Amino acid sequence: MDWVRRLMMPDIQGSEYAKQIDFLYMSLFWLCVVLFIIVTVPPVYFAWRYRYKPGRVTPHDTHNTPLEITWSVIPLLMCVGIFFWGLKDWMEYAVAPGDAMEIQITAKKWLWQFEYPDGSRTINDLHVPMNKPVKFVMTSEDVIHDFFVPDMRVKHDIIPGRYTEVWFTPIAHGEHVITCAEYCGKGHSDMRAKLTVDNDAEFAKFLETGGTEWEDYFSGKDPNKTPADWGRIQYETKGCNSCHTIDGTRSKGPSWKGIWGKMERLNNGQLVLVDENYVRESMLYPQAKIVEGFEPIMPTFQGLLKENQIRGLIAFIKSLQ
Amino acid sequence: MDQAISSVPRTGDRPRPKKNYLNETKGFMSWAGTLDHKRIGIMYLVGVLTAFLLGGIFALLVRLTLLTPTHKLFGKVLVTAEVYNRLFTLHGVIMVFLFIIPAIPAALGNFVLPLMLGAKDVAFPRLNLASFYLWLTGALMAVCAMIFGAVDTGWTFYTPYSTTTDGPVSLMVMAAFVLGFSSIFTGLNFIATVHKLRAPGMGWFDMPLFIWGIYSTAIIQVLATPVLGITLVLLALERSFGIGIFDPRIGGDPVLFQHFFWFYSHPAVYIMILPGMAIISELIPTFSRKTIFGYRAIAYASVSLALVSFIVWGHHMFVAGQSQLATVVFSALTFLVAIPSGVKMFNWMLTMYKGNIVLATPMLYAISFLILFAIGGLTGIFLGTLATDVHLTDTYFVVAHFHFVMMGGTVTAFIGGLHYWWPKMTGRMYSETWGRIGCVLYTIGFNMTFLTQFFLGSKGMPRRYYNYLDQFQPLHAFSTVGSWVIGLSLFITAAYLLASLRKPADAPDNPWEGTTLEWKTSSPPIAHNFEEQPVLEREPYDYRPVAAAH
Amino acid sequence: MEQQFDTSKIGMWLFLVTEVLLFGGLFVGFGMMQARYPREFVEAHEHLTRWQGALNTVVLLISSFTMVMAVDAAKKSNKNRQVLFLALTIVCACIFLVVKYFEYSHKFEEGWLPGRFYSYKGDSIPACPGVNPSQLASNPPPAPAPGAPVQQCTNGYATFFSFYFMMTGLHGFHILAGIVVLTWVLIRANRGEFSKNYYTPVDLVGLYWHLVDMIWIYLFPLYYLIQ
Repeated sequence: MDWVRRLMMPDIQGSEYAKQIDFLYMSLFWLCVVLFIIVTVPPVYFAWRYRYKPGRVTPHDTHNTPLEITWSVIPLLMCVGIFFWGLKDWMEYAVAPGDAMEIQITAKKWLWQFEYPDGSRTINDLHVPMNKPVKFVMTSEDVIHDFFVPDMRVKHDIIPGRYTEVWFTPIAHGEHVITCAEYCGKGHSDMRAKLTVDNDAEFAKFLETGGTEWEDYFSGKDPNKTPADWGRIQYETKGCNSCHTIDGTRSKGPSWKGIWGKMERLNNGQLVLVDENYVRESMLYPQAKIVEGFEPIMPTFQGLLKENQIRGLIAFIKSLQ
Repeated sequence: MDQAISSVPRTGDRPRPKKNYLNETKGFMSWAGTLDHKRIGIMYLVGVLTAFLLGGIFALLVRLTLLTPTHKLFGKVLVTAEVYNRLFTLHGVIMVFLFIIPAIPAALGNFVLPLMLGAKDVAFPRLNLASFYLWLTGALMAVCAMIFGAVDTGWTFYTPYSTTTDGPVSLMVMAAFVLGFSSIFTGLNFIATVHKLRAPGMGWFDMPLFIWGIYSTAIIQVLATPVLGITLVLLALERSFGIGIFDPRIGGDPVLFQHFFWFYSHPAVYIMILPGMAIISELIPTFSRKTIFGYRAIAYASVSLALVSFIVWGHHMFVAGQSQLATVVFSALTFLVAIPSGVKMFNWMLTMYKGNIVLATPMLYAISFLILFAIGGLTGIFLGTLATDVHLTDTYFVVAHFHFVMMGGTVTAFIGGLHYWWPKMTGRMYSETWGRIGCVLYTIGFNMTFLTQFFLGSKGMPRRYYNYLDQFQPLHAFSTVGSWVIGLSLFITAAYLLASLRKPADAPDNPWEGTTLEWKTSSPPIAHNFEEQPVLEREPYDYRPVAAAH
Repeated sequence: MEQQFDTSKIGMWLFLVTEVLLFGGLFVGFGMMQARYPREFVEAHEHLTRWQGALNTVVLLISSFTMVMAVDAAKKSNKNRQVLFLALTIVCACIFLVVKYFEYSHKFEEGWLPGRFYSYKGDSIPACPGVNPSQLASNPPPAPAPGAPVQQCTNGYATFFSFYFMMTGLHGFHILAGIVVLTWVLIRANRGEFSKNYYTPVDLVGLYWHLVDMIWIYLFPLYYLIQ
């Protein structure tokens, strides 16, 4: 009978919870089929059985109190039962387990940003480890969005100015669809992300490399996706732009425009060449060399930037001649 | 079976009156300044049917876009995202505010209510005309908003999208505000009329059930609509003044908007369905030639639906970020509101049992209502149940559910009522053959379009999308073809109804052998409804043979 | 006649119910916002001039009294007293609006304005600079840098004054509409149209006027008195 279920619910049951929901749904479905028959077959039958005959006198049945009470009370009891069943399953959805791994979601028009416990971030590319509960703490940067994973049977609105939560424990390995379920404008229909449920090894590798999106940028296959473009994305999303400009304006830190290949004077009088090593050192050990005229306020990005992100930033700075 | 439709021209032996409300006075001003509830009803009818046509065209365009997984047809861009978002918004705004909320009460109700009560007119005829002009003003404002770039927020205007998007949002919400007052004044008028203008001998429990339905609707109109009014004003002020109530970037709470909005809009859906049920309560006893089963139950169910409808609004917000306690309470209360509707279904069913059933077009629509509303109501269970709602909300499952109850329910009943009272309003009979064809085609097309959408939704297709994953295409395509069948059926219906107007106005006073007071006067009625003040002698729906001839 | 009188009374009561719900929505909104910004709301309400609010309350109470007297005079077919008391009611209403004018202009001067127009600088917590919400889409505020301190400003004052102006403004609009209707009734009374046989318009306007007064009776403590 699974084919009936698959007619109506997504084929994949991504979690144990999804199986429970499917069971509840199918039970309600069959109940409603029975109720539908009870409520619609008699009128159609009566329309034929009691079709018009001239002169026939109809009985003057005005009411039948015991019957009316029965057909009010029985549905009421059914409703009470269904309410409690729905409540029981819902309570599981509503309260995340204490040991769930937390992933931050920031939704904005029209993309999904995921941030993992180790600080790495991906866009539109969510990885979670199999068989472990994961909780999403979500906020929006603009309008209301909604995080919907059909295979997991869960969704929740994402509201600007607040945090909302949703969780699941995935059991189905592989790829699933994430789709926005609260109208948010022009790109609403295209606001999809990919959920990949990894086994432990795959997940560990993912955390190390910070997702696979960077592979596109370094493969050279797409001329519109260069390492410098990847670097620009990091510049805009990892916080570099709060202290460094790219148009030459002085800010809390030196501007990146035209610095590649120059000799930079440090606050101790030394001159240093701006090359790959200098840039890498500045990100990971920023206090080691301070440019003349600037304060030693840059925080370290050790552990916050993946290797591919550092390479991208280097390529980006190189491109800012 | 057609012999069941009475061709007895007049009850009694009075000659057909030469002048009736249609030809009593002539000229544009005699209509534009009329205080006759019947003429006002006809003007409303023309207005709401025009709105229905416009909203329907937008619906067909929406479904056309969804024929393919991208917004393209034969490789060419059919609509852009911006246009699509306006199409579905306008479809919703027009259908909800310009068509469904006014249709049965203001068009059919205005015409029939005083006649059924044995009254000359409504309590406040000038207010009635003012209500119509408010509707017209709101409609014109909405049309202006459409011309000035239209609105892409969805008919629900959720913030902060609606406070920050471009377009004449404030104009559109002010149009809805004006339409709201039209609705409020109609409701006010009907309540006063029902309390004070009943015929001698007509106590509360001697009124036809159509009146009970309209009365319950009027209670909601008066109590709920002002809250929508102030919500829309707050939205417009947020856009222009930045008052800081709904937009989080200026200190507001976007979920508060949803609470305010749904506090009206949930009772609003009962403004839509109660009149539909009211019509069914007329059609079934009349065409079964049998008294209604459980009159008091239906009357009480109508009023209790009106009252309970005010305490379930949060079931639109189970995943919106309201508190968990609120979520649980709203689900429980939502199950409560299902019971009175169920009770009515059983009452109608038992009315048909051992009846003497005439399957004229209005009755076919009534039976279609029973089937379609049953599906709509039962699918509400999936949405009221917390755990399943989490998966189903904001998907096509909800779209299917509300189309089944609003269109499969209210619109079906509206069309049935239109056919039922057509001879009374126009003095003409329409073609019964075409009537039946139209009804069957409509029912088939409706199921094709919307039954499929339940599956789309539960399989994971979200709402308000103009692109979708390839796997959903077969169901979407089938649904689109269904929309063409609906369009065809409605076109046929409009055609034969309009064609009937070319015949002379010689319909019988009481073609259906109805028992309510509107059938005791001519078709069409004279200008002041009844030649003499009718006095109620029998209960409504009393089909017992009269004991002795007079 | 009596049926007509009863019917129109039902009509007026129903209309008054809709007015209660209209204002009710605003009261609920105010309550929610006060819970969100308790400190700012208390501070902001100190800027309201209590004596002017109290004066307006007294003026409206007097006007309700004169209204009752007008209805009574109409029931007793006394034309001169009707005209006198209706005129006094209108005078009270006008005094209310004049006092309101002074209250409002003081607020405009000080910068205690609604929403994005709020420009007063003397608050204990800095008020956020006004933003035009419909501009937000094309000029989104820059995302805060990670680790940057959270901005310490509040929208609470602007919101308080938004509600103040909306609710007193809507109420003032109802007073103005009342003046128009009262004037019309006054003219008809002066023509001798009302007597013990027919005084419906006076009675109905009286009902409306009492509601407008009652709404103020709720507004005044809520805004001017509550700590």
